[in-house]
Amino acid sequence: MNLQAIRAIFVFEMSRFFRSLIQSLISPVISTSLYFVVFGAAIGSRIDQVEGVSYGAFIVPGLVMLTVMTQATSNASFGIYFPKFIGTVYEILSAPINFIEITIGYVGAAAVKSLFIGLMILATSTLFVDVSIAHPLAMIAFLLLTCLSFALLGFIIGIWAGNFEQLQLIPLLVITPLVFLGGSFYSTSMLPPFWQKVSLLNPVHYLISGFRWSFFGQADVPVGVSLVAIAGFTSLCLLTIWWIFRTGWRLRQ
Amino acid sequence: MPPIVKVSGLRKQYDSGFEALKGVDLEIEEGEIIALLGPNGAGKTTLISAICGIAVPTSGTITVGGHDAIRDYRAARELIGLVPQEINLEPFERVQNTVRFSRGVFGKSPNEAYIQDILAQLSLGDKARARVRELSGGMKRRVLIAKALSHEPRILFLDEPTAGVDVELRKDMWEVVRKLKENGVTIILTTHYIEEAEAIADRIAVINNGEILLVQDKDELMRQMGRKQLRIDLAESIGQVPESLAEFALTLSDDGRSLTYEYDTRADRTGITTLLAKMQDTGLKLADLQTKQSSLEEIFVGLVKETA
Repeated sequence: MNLQAIRAIFVFEMSRFFRSLIQSLISPVISTSLYFVVFGAAIGSRIDQVEGVSYGAFIVPGLVMLTVMTQATSNASFGIYFPKFIGTVYEILSAPINFIEITIGYVGAAAVKSLFIGLMILATSTLFVDVSIAHPLAMIAFLLLTCLSFALLGFIIGIWAGNFEQLQLIPLLVITPLVFLGGSFYSTSMLPPFWQKVSLLNPVHYLISGFRWSFFGQADVPVGVSLVAIAGFTSLCLLTIWWIFRTGWRLRQ
Repeated sequence: MPPIVKVSGLRKQYDSGFEALKGVDLEIEEGEIIALLGPNGAGKTTLISAICGIAVPTSGTITVGGHDAIRDYRAARELIGLVPQEINLEPFERVQNTVRFSRGVFGKSPNEAYIQDILAQLSLGDKARARVRELSGGMKRRVLIAKALSHEPRILFLDEPTAGVDVELRKDMWEVVRKLKENGVTIILTTHYIEEAEAIADRIAVINNGEILLVQDKDELMRQMGRKQLRIDLAESIGQVPESLAEFALTLSDDGRSLTYEYDTRADRTGITTLLAKMQDTGLKLADLQTKQSSLEEIFVGLVKETA
């Protein structure tokens, strides 16, 4: 294991994050605040409670998930796509490192960044609503797994993407809709029966449900199912990355 | 001493079907500077990419320092530093950060003193904290060299190090290369400037259409090129070369109006003075004199045309 290389990639990626720390943190914090103003104060004041929780508090887990998923994906995809785009990837390809080490470096950095942002959102939300966490350990576990699995997904997207449009395509067309339709801002039990069934096909729904359970102790789907879902998603990403590693797809000529 | 890089039967065919390398054999000795000379699209970069692990060979073997470049890629790649043709650098990064990064990905523990030393050697000492985009083109190239040297490689690949670089900077670059050689680094550079190969290489390999046409000691090549021709136009045509001039192995043109004498510019005596004196003795009248030198350029163009 070339630990120095993993460290070098991680440190380099994190320095990119810290170099633009203000942008990296301010934009998610501002957008979260906007969600609270719109959904919490303006609309939320007209909604009683959702499953025994005030609406403002109810949307906190969904908001954290929304941000973490998009940030992990975009950070990891950009992290590996940018060297491809400007050509510095030659260095990584000619270095004495294997694909697993490259993945750990880039995905690790992206996961840590998004974890950091997720915790910032959580901290920001305490300014607007009372947030209580029923199962802190489970909350951390769900958060970590989400950061990791979506960073893996982002890494795959970054390797696949041939231009900036493609880099944006999956996050915009797939992840954002899935997160919005996955019950970030509502409980799926509020939906008509048909749409409840449709929601069961949405993988993100399980993550949000499990994450919300760790806050309020109640969920749309059993928490075990949520865990299986996220474990399955992580494995799927790992398998894809293993395949890329085997074939050198889109990296080595 | 076994060669430090050994390439045997290397073939590379791209997915498009284009065969960039057609069975290349090449041995590179430790401590030498070898120039891969060839026109654009000859396969120079593909050859380097295959040795450095960026392109996967279709067939053939590569060993670096005795390690197979594919099976034992870690040991092989640790020995190699690569300076790419394009200026591939993150514009917003600080110079020293990108050099530290390079050292790290090659598995070396941080060594700040060494990095600052390399930067100073490349006249980048005062630019260590500058951002890459603030540097001139020549400085960026030197940053690429610093990155390639950051992990103390024994072999340095320079892919077109002076493409698009002005004359002065080119000379600086050659000076850098010579210093590296003095430090015992083996250097493989690609170029399509004959002048460059001539100026710094110990050996020259000519490559075209994915094949190595010739690998030769530069001095030997230069000796061949040191041959010069003297053409003597005569005032009146003659039927044959006079007996008294036989020792000069002159050739007479078909129209009998000119004689050609071949000589070596590096020899102690070129024989020109004696020849001209003897011609006068023979009573031949001269109309004109011309000299002509075959250059590396000509040899090169000749070779490349033959294989085209």
